[in-house]
Amino acid sequence: MTGRLRMRVVVRETGFYLGVLVVIAIALFPFYWILRTSLESDGQVAAGVGGKNGLLPSHLTLSSYVNDFTQQHFLTPLVNSIVVALATTFVTIIVATLAGYALARLNIRGAGAILGFVLLAGFFPVLAMIGPLFLLLKDLGMLNSIYPLIVIYLVYTLPISTWLLRNFFAQIPRELEEAALVDGATRLQALVKVVAPVAVPGVFTAAILSFILAWNDFAFAVSFLETPSHFTAPLSIVTFGQSQFQVFYNRIDAAVVIISVPIAALVLILQRRIVSGLTAGSFR
Amino acid sequence: MSGQAIAPAAASEAAPTGGGGGTARRARRSSRRAADRRLGYALVAPAVILLLAITGFPLVYNLWNSFHYVNLSYANVPQHFVGLSNYTRMFTSSSWLASLERTLAFTAVSAVFDTAVALGLALMLHRRFPGRGLLRAAILIPWAVPTVVSAMLWQTMFDPRAGFVDYFLGIVHPSWGSLTWAGASVLRSWVVVFIADAWKNVPFVAIILLAGLQVIPTEVYEAAKIDGATAWQSFRRMTLPLLKPAIMVALVFRTLQAFFVFDVIYIMTGGGPGTSTETLSFLNYQTFITNTDFGYGGAMSIVLIVMALVIAGVYVRVLRPEL
Repeated sequence: MTGRLRMRVVVRETGFYLGVLVVIAIALFPFYWILRTSLESDGQVAAGVGGKNGLLPSHLTLSSYVNDFTQQHFLTPLVNSIVVALATTFVTIIVATLAGYALARLNIRGAGAILGFVLLAGFFPVLAMIGPLFLLLKDLGMLNSIYPLIVIYLVYTLPISTWLLRNFFAQIPRELEEAALVDGATRLQALVKVVAPVAVPGVFTAAILSFILAWNDFAFAVSFLETPSHFTAPLSIVTFGQSQFQVFYNRIDAAVVIISVPIAALVLILQRRIVSGLTAGSFR
Repeated sequence: MSGQAIAPAAASEAAPTGGGGGTARRARRSSRRAADRRLGYALVAPAVILLLAITGFPLVYNLWNSFHYVNLSYANVPQHFVGLSNYTRMFTSSSWLASLERTLAFTAVSAVFDTAVALGLALMLHRRFPGRGLLRAAILIPWAVPTVVSAMLWQTMFDPRAGFVDYFLGIVHPSWGSLTWAGASVLRSWVVVFIADAWKNVPFVAIILLAGLQVIPTEVYEAAKIDGATAWQSFRRMTLPLLKPAIMVALVFRTLQAFFVFDVIYIMTGGGPGTSTETLSFLNYQTFITNTDFGYGGAMSIVLIVMALVIAGVYVRVLRPEL
């Protein structure tokens, strides 16, 4: 009896860990494959997978990385993306921290309605925005510029950041700032000197999420940016394969590796914080 | 601000009379509340104004355009009022109706499949076991990388020369070693799009469901165990009903996201072969950016927004009573 029970436990546990392995393989094996492809030469890609170019290619080279920067001028789009994503993150953090604090603490009327509106704005269809924004940017002479994207990307970052920070502030004990207020500090002083330091983990999580969301945009960039030197990195990659009789996946995949590495590094180092940030208080 | 300046003065005035201390404290607290509230509005204002500008302006402008002829390709034809003709043109357009059908089918399949898979992932992540951190990191990475990465990555994978899909299929059966995928047939193009899209979007749905699992009190399971319930029974009778709010949030989120699908389509198939993978968002992009027809595109956008609201509304209506 106990023997059979133990058998069942062993089978169940084996099945569980097999499942975990399968999930990890599905999630990560494609990344191994693009890394592998990005390290092949043009000749190897042209020859196709098989023989010496199997799971582990016999010969590896950095030529496609060199090509991406020297021939495809990938550095400019990369810098464009970094500038836009950092600027969007900066604006998001300031605006969302203030709003999150007010919604959690300052007894404003209609806080629920405001939170509802913020959520709804987060679900606004992106493709329903590009027409009017295209006309506006055209009138302002700002088509083909990365700077308006800093404001436009707030539609990705502000809703989730405001909600996250509002939930975060709601969990900080009120006594903390009450003590500061009794000591004669104003609300703003209490926020900056007492509450903000405690809120750093929440602000940090919101910053990571904002950076990821701004970094990932494709739809706005493809609609408004026209010349390669003004492209963001994701948009630039899509044009790599074009205007060639043969698609050089090693060059595309080298660029894919380059834009994935910073994001993957962030996730690996900060995964616990990201998950707790995404789940914090969402169903409380 | 001024309320706080007045409040201490009022308190010190009231203090000597002794009996009036309570009202003074109350007055001070209520004036602080009023000051807080004013500060509160000032602090939320930037967020609300920015979001209102970014979403409200396109909404109103689209609405206005949708009743007008606005086409930059024919600059000699001035803008003029055309009534409902953009809408009637859309509702009788075979390409729009076909893309509506496709989008709805893709949305239904994606929402159901992705949420089911995500539930399995969430249950895995909810358990404490050695290697949980690795699993969590592994599934977060596909979510965090740009859609361009997931699209380009799966495009490489499904390429008969560069990818591993045919490489492995070829090991199983030699004649499967050189199948072409994206663009080869309607079904294969959709398979490629569906896999790239699910691979990227399942993780976030799993995180939403994980959040729901984490708020279910452990006593519930202990009680079930004492009553002799099997793992399946406690999942059916306890976990699923208690997880319903989270499942609803996950479904609404995933349904709307799939309904708006654009990036993977643009990158992987370009709407092809022919027009067979054009979705509502893709068609809207083409109408705006390729054809510069902002009247017709505006009507498409308005209908897209209305349909999104209807979808969200239906979910709330259907699932609310059971919550």
